[in-house]
Amino acid sequence: MSLFAVLIDGTIYASWLFLVAAGLTVIYGVMRILNMAHGSFYAIGAYTAASLVGWYFNNGIGPVWAGYLLMLGCALVAGLIVGLIIERGLLRFMYGRDEVLMVIITYALLLVLEDSMKMVWGVNPYFAYQPYAEMGRSALAGLKVSNYDLMLVGVSVVLGLCLWLWLERTHQGKVLRAVIHDREVAMAMGVNVRRMFTLVFVLGTMLGTLAGALTAPAISVVPGMGVEIIVLAFAVVVVGGMGSIEGAAVGALLVGLSRAAAVHYAPEFELFVIYGVMALVLAVRPQGLFGRVLARKI
Amino acid sequence: MSCILETQGLCKAFGAVTAAKDVNVRIRPGEVVGVIGSNGAGKTTFINMVTGYLKPSSGQVLFNGQSIIGRTPRAITRLGMARSFQVAQLFPQLSVMDNLLIAVAAAQNPFPSLLAPMRTAARVALADAMLAQFDIARWRDTQVTAVPQGVRKLIDIAMALIGEPQMLLLDEPTSGVSAEEKTALMDTVMRVVAERRVTVLFVEHDMDVVRRYVSRILAFYSGEVLADGVPEQVLANPRVQEFVTGSQKVHQRVAL
Amino acid sequence: MRLNRTELILLGVALLLAAGGLIAPQWLVFLLTMALAKSMVVQGVVMQMRAGLVTFGQGLYFCVGGYAVGMSGHFLDISDLALLLVIGVGAAVLLAMLLGLLMTRYREIFFAMLSLAFSMILYGVLVKSSALGSTDGFNVKAWSLFGWSPAQGQAPLALFIIIVGVCAVLAVLLHRYSRSSAGMMCEAIRENEVRVEYLGQSPRWVLYMNYVAAAAVSALGGGFMALSAGHIDPEMAYWITSGEFVFIALLGGTAHVAAPFIAAIVFAVVRTYAIELVPHSWQMILGFTLLAIIVFLPKGLWSLFTGQARRAKA
Repeated sequence: MSLFAVLIDGTIYASWLFLVAAGLTVIYGVMRILNMAHGSFYAIGAYTAASLVGWYFNNGIGPVWAGYLLMLGCALVAGLIVGLIIERGLLRFMYGRDEVLMVIITYALLLVLEDSMKMVWGVNPYFAYQPYAEMGRSALAGLKVSNYDLMLVGVSVVLGLCLWLWLERTHQGKVLRAVIHDREVAMAMGVNVRRMFTLVFVLGTMLGTLAGALTAPAISVVPGMGVEIIVLAFAVVVVGGMGSIEGAAVGALLVGLSRAAAVHYAPEFELFVIYGVMALVLAVRPQGLFGRVLARKI
Repeated sequence: MSCILETQGLCKAFGAVTAAKDVNVRIRPGEVVGVIGSNGAGKTTFINMVTGYLKPSSGQVLFNGQSIIGRTPRAITRLGMARSFQVAQLFPQLSVMDNLLIAVAAAQNPFPSLLAPMRTAARVALADAMLAQFDIARWRDTQVTAVPQGVRKLIDIAMALIGEPQMLLLDEPTSGVSAEEKTALMDTVMRVVAERRVTVLFVEHDMDVVRRYVSRILAFYSGEVLADGVPEQVLANPRVQEFVTGSQKVHQRVAL
Repeated sequence: MRLNRTELILLGVALLLAAGGLIAPQWLVFLLTMALAKSMVVQGVVMQMRAGLVTFGQGLYFCVGGYAVGMSGHFLDISDLALLLVIGVGAAVLLAMLLGLLMTRYREIFFAMLSLAFSMILYGVLVKSSALGSTDGFNVKAWSLFGWSPAQGQAPLALFIIIVGVCAVLAVLLHRYSRSSAGMMCEAIRENEVRVEYLGQSPRWVLYMNYVAAAAVSALGGGFMALSAGHIDPEMAYWITSGEFVFIALLGGTAHVAAPFIAAIVFAVVRTYAIELVPHSWQMILGFTLLAIIVFLPKGLWSLFTGQARRAKA
């Protein structure tokens, strides 16, 4: 019985982790930028959704289904705007710099965004529980599971498949993979790498805000939530292999299930287990489970 | 006469690609050997295997009678075999003097001291002597990034020599250097090498350079040693001419 | 042991600082003590930066040093300052000797992320440990030194003079280290690791020694922080804390051994005022300052990263 609970909890947690980590791994894979501010995008999505959706439902503006659309829509718009501003306004002047330097730059961005959010939304928590509550619960093998959580699992699976299909099967995806493999050669072949970077970064940002918006109804949105999840997202991306969608999925499952097991059987080890898994994978396979080893030319 | 370097049946395969096939070479102390061959012939693979950068698929490499298969580049250097690089491998942000000092300190002690200063009068004197021998003393305190290409190649070689190796492998010492400067560079290098009595093996594409300095040539083709002997013999070898130097084809075209 | 000019200047400044402490107001003495404690951790970060490695987890050793001091006082009833610090440094050295075996296999991003992971592991363990006070941490007992206990109200000044003295010695030692063969070899590794190997050195060995030494120095800072603040909590190992150390390291640059000391003091002073004036914009100010440093700061920052960028592209 308990094992099944671990499986369900773990899968739900894993799908949430995947949603959060997907944008991070896509951005790194193409642009070699490990974006520490990704957590802030997540938080921006959560705040945007919580404030707008909260207003919508509290004032009974319209039908319930429209509330869901609003939630998704505003998150995507927020992601688009934030992503464009950051990429066009800051990052595009920094390309080509060392990877660790880019991490520090995105860390600076995180610091700026955290306080920006406090300025816009204040420090009090936001609640937008209606989308979560409206869906009700189901019984799954004797356990009460929220339908919203199940929907999250579905959304993450669909999203993962779409991303994977886009990268592997479409022409644009192929061009993107060429850029991943060798930026310079792709440029020499006439690929507009700059435009590709903007596209990918905005996509990654939107994935981040979307994840935040989808999570908002299940939690209370407070300052600092972005900072908390970024380390989790890192663990998932690093375990799975940076730049790999499949890796992010497997990494999410690994971390999600380990954490659920820890929570059920040994709650003191929850955080330890997550980072322990990350350290273990890195020790054995430094590039992550699905990561590529870049050969060094001498 | 004993060999300083000997390879026996050296082979290297990268999957389906054979980069080296049954390479048997014996080099005696004091020789100056030129290694020639077109691109992909296996010259760099050979050097990389001998210096420990690559592990051979099979075969043996003996340095002064000692097997060095599986040893790290670090251990091989400490045994007395140094190398220079096709693209000069230096410490860009540091001065030329610092580059040499690091090389000296590295050679003198496998475990660097934690508190004793690197820049001692003795080491500076050694470095200055080397700079003088190579005639690049005026770049002494310049940062490497500001130093011209030809001088960088000399520094690269100087760093390899300052550890007083018994044998020096030069990987295309004149590559990236303009035609006019090649002779001057090699004249300097070979003079220093002779003064320090170091056995030299160098990979080179420029036949004029090869002819001018070597006492022996190893011609590679498709991973194998095509010819091995004195320059007059090897360069007149028709197979060498066909696959490596291409002089036969040139003559044919001119005849038309 | 003869001291050169730089070292004499460092010692002179330390003497002046200690003397200044006698007349400075209590709050300033307190602030400077904590700033100097943090500066030691920053020195540890700088030591690794000179070798081309950026650590986002130096908080690990900061925390180990602090908790070792706190726990020794709490559970073992040790109050002697010197002994406490030795225990703190010793614990960190043992841990670093173990972790260093793994950490020195990695560079760049993986080193940064792995260091972050280990510090967060400690954070996770401490947060869940009720015996150690969980997120609240616990208080550190009063200290004594070779039997002498400072009188009421005298402790902060006494600690200040002690920490200034220790920083002075540390500055001289680090100055020597940076100019030693090992220190220069760290820079060489940053510039071109492969060449270092071909010169007959083991980069891993050099980086390992450097890593352990940096951990020891950082733990010393953690120990002093525990004694000065009188309190320790898991936040010391949180990645944001580690980020702060990286920030101060970048602020000061890696060019001179005095830089982390100065930068830490500047940081502490600015932060005190900023938190009072604009508490909800402090992080933003930090962020913009960091970006400004990266964009505009000459040499000090570049030499750290251009060596790596060239390697990564090759």
